[in-house]
Amino acid sequence: MFFDIARLAPLTCFAQIEKMTKTPILLCCSLLALAMSTGPRAQEIREGDWPMAARDHASTRFSPLADIRTDNVANLKPAFTFFTGVRRGQEAAPLVVGDTMYITAPYPNELFALDLTKPGAPVKWKFEPRPDAGAQGVACCDVVTRGPAYADGRVFMNTLDAQTIAVDAATGKEVWRTKLGDITKGETITMAPLVVKDKVLVGNSGSELGVRGWLAALDTRTGRIAWRAYSTGPDSEVLIGPAFKPFYAHDRGKDLGVSTWPPEAWKIGGGAAWGWISYDPALDLVYYGTANPGPWNAEQRPGDNKWTAGIFARKPDTGEAVWFYQYAPHDQHDYNGTNENVLLELDVKGSRRKVIVHPDRNGYVYVIDRAAGEVLSATPFVKVTTSTGIDLKSGRPVLNPATETRMGTTVRDVCPASPGGKDWQPSAWSPRTQLLYMPHQNMCQDMMTFQASYIAGTPYLGAEVAMYPGPGGHRGVFGAWDPVKARMAWSIRERFPVWSGALATAGDVVFYGTMEGWFKAVDARSGKLLWQFKTESGIIGQPISYRGPDGKQYVAVLSGVGGWAGAVVSKDLDVRDGTAAKGFASAMKDLPQYTGKGGTLYVFALP
Amino acid sequence: MSSRFPERRTAARFLALACAVCAPAGAAAQATTALRVCADPDNPPYSQRDESGFENRIARLLADELRRPLEYTWLRDRRGFVRKTVGAGLCDVVIGVPVGFQALQTTAPYYRSAFFFVNREGGADLRSFTDARLPTLRIGVQLIGIDPGTSPVGYALARHGATQQVAGYTLAGAEHPPAQRMVEDVAAGHLDSALVWGPQAGYFAARSKVPLQLVRAEAPPDMAALPFEFSIAVGVRPGETALRRAIDDMLVRRRADIDAVLATYGVARTDATRMEAAP
Repeated sequence: MFFDIARLAPLTCFAQIEKMTKTPILLCCSLLALAMSTGPRAQEIREGDWPMAARDHASTRFSPLADIRTDNVANLKPAFTFFTGVRRGQEAAPLVVGDTMYITAPYPNELFALDLTKPGAPVKWKFEPRPDAGAQGVACCDVVTRGPAYADGRVFMNTLDAQTIAVDAATGKEVWRTKLGDITKGETITMAPLVVKDKVLVGNSGSELGVRGWLAALDTRTGRIAWRAYSTGPDSEVLIGPAFKPFYAHDRGKDLGVSTWPPEAWKIGGGAAWGWISYDPALDLVYYGTANPGPWNAEQRPGDNKWTAGIFARKPDTGEAVWFYQYAPHDQHDYNGTNENVLLELDVKGSRRKVIVHPDRNGYVYVIDRAAGEVLSATPFVKVTTSTGIDLKSGRPVLNPATETRMGTTVRDVCPASPGGKDWQPSAWSPRTQLLYMPHQNMCQDMMTFQASYIAGTPYLGAEVAMYPGPGGHRGVFGAWDPVKARMAWSIRERFPVWSGALATAGDVVFYGTMEGWFKAVDARSGKLLWQFKTESGIIGQPISYRGPDGKQYVAVLSGVGGWAGAVVSKDLDVRDGTAAKGFASAMKDLPQYTGKGGTLYVFALP
Repeated sequence: MSSRFPERRTAARFLALACAVCAPAGAAAQATTALRVCADPDNPPYSQRDESGFENRIARLLADELRRPLEYTWLRDRRGFVRKTVGAGLCDVVIGVPVGFQALQTTAPYYRSAFFFVNREGGADLRSFTDARLPTLRIGVQLIGIDPGTSPVGYALARHGATQQVAGYTLAGAEHPPAQRMVEDVAAGHLDSALVWGPQAGYFAARSKVPLQLVRAEAPPDMAALPFEFSIAVGVRPGETALRRAIDDMLVRRRADIDAVLATYGVARTDATRMEAAP
């Protein structure tokens, strides 16, 4: 018993409170406090749990459960369903800790706790954060949320109106809430927070609207803001100090977050941290990407526009930057750097390296040394016309001037299109197959004539962006990437962009969803389709796997189309207006024929 | 204004009564159906919730002419404005949109305008994008913030080297419209010049305590392909062709009144108007 408890994370201790006497609980917690204080370490996760969106701090989305295997997955059946009450884009990952599942829904961001011990998993409690309704009009790409995080007996969630809230996991009562941003300035929060040690890390959204991006760390106990690191501006506000040692020379120098912009432009320069965060306990570094610069057109902001469209490594205790690398200096294609950073150990050119594997919007899979910030390789995984390669000496992409988006010029065959070779939808890694399972797009775009448009009584020129399928005619791909050989091991073509997350399991079964609504299980080694189930709506959520109180392995996913790609359905956009959803609607005109709105959790198990 | 209410009501009632006798019931219903206008509740000089904007005045003219009650749906004019108003079935008419605006069918234009340099009297007197001083002057411009769209004047500034001293004014996070803030900053000497869209330039400059001058910003020769002037029309729900035709007729019939409203609000125009032609 003693050792079992000691192996558990502190959160598990709290989860067990009701079942145990008080004495072992106190012992367990104090022991863990001791363990925590001896040095940085990752949160230990019980094998059947899924306590954060990516399951672990390395962002692998790998479940060690292996009851569901390639030879029995065909028998998978629905175990129960749950309606979230909102028929909008469902991008969240459900969490499971102990006997409870936690789900956050799109705006108004209700948080549900489901009791997994009872038939049909009834609602244990529901928490209503009541965010400001005005936030809906500010969010760029549907009113999505990407899920909560669990730690120390608390569920941490973000609301669209830029608040972070801690909720008591046992009772559903609010513990604290902190307002981090201002929706009147265009700031929203859609990302899933990450808990690292005693801090919950949160970043803002809204680069298109001229917000200034930041990542903030809040004290998990009190909600007090411990630090906030901006993505633009003077070093003192970017938290760049003596510890900052970027690998590339052009990232060194004083106040580059100011000097790589026209004066004052950094104040509204974007670089929101709306994507994923990873944590390496051995190096004690958190990694996260920054979004595109904004809101100026690219010509109006000459310079590299640091520190947008790149990746930061920071110390979680202080927020101090340790290194930075920029995927898209002076971005002009909306290539955010916010995609997931999967922390792995790989053999690179004969030596074992601690790396980040990062599939970027710009169409390259990067392998980056995560101690030094050096790009070890960058290989295209889709058709790329905006650059001809990444120069490993300087780290900079070699741009193709023919695809620069100059107003008044028709530019065709821009690949990847603005949502990138891959957008927010997170990959999964299997240590068994050594493959990264990547849901992604296969899309290019033309930027043509400039339509007269009007906002707040001022005419502007909306470029007519037409997105269309890349080579092959399919808009989506689910592919297994081998980061050592730097090539796809296998890939599956899908009609629509694969906008769902991926799940890898120790049973060598990989799961993902399609925008038509199919939830699919494929063989991790071959990509062979083993099982599929049609849900009520398109799937853009993050599948997870857990062990239920009955000892069985379950697989869960939210169904409900939406997000940027699915806005033609969830926001009822007029498909005749091809410029809707920043041009994405033109490529998704047929989606309403295949699916309707939804907002339901599906949970599957073997009979 | 309020004194006209009873008169209009009487007219409508009379019309309804007359139609009940001579026409099918549908026509009677249409006569009393409200003219449903979508508008920003706080965007001077265009519209205000108290109906004091010039687009409110035009909407009133329109409703009176059509003998329909006037009804508003208020929403901030931001991304998704048309989708959330007309698109959601809440209203049918947007009083000001550029001709050719994709999401709505547009009437014939009722005024045309351009961007203007707003200068302080005795100040830098900026008149052209080809002015050699452009890169060194402090110039204000409104940011739209919806990629990949931007204002043509923003592009012209960048193409002519004005990137270092340009100040962008965003829609978000301030009490007053960007145009108003820019004009105030020119008056206060924080900016050498600002590029402001005509209706706002004329209105806010006229209210400045410091004398200001407007100079039309002509497209630079290298950007002749881009529009710097826009014709503004009434936008109508797609499919409502009868309503669009009725408004087109009304725009012709009440042309003088509309010109008078635009003149009252100081809208800087680039088309010839009857007001100007009149003695």
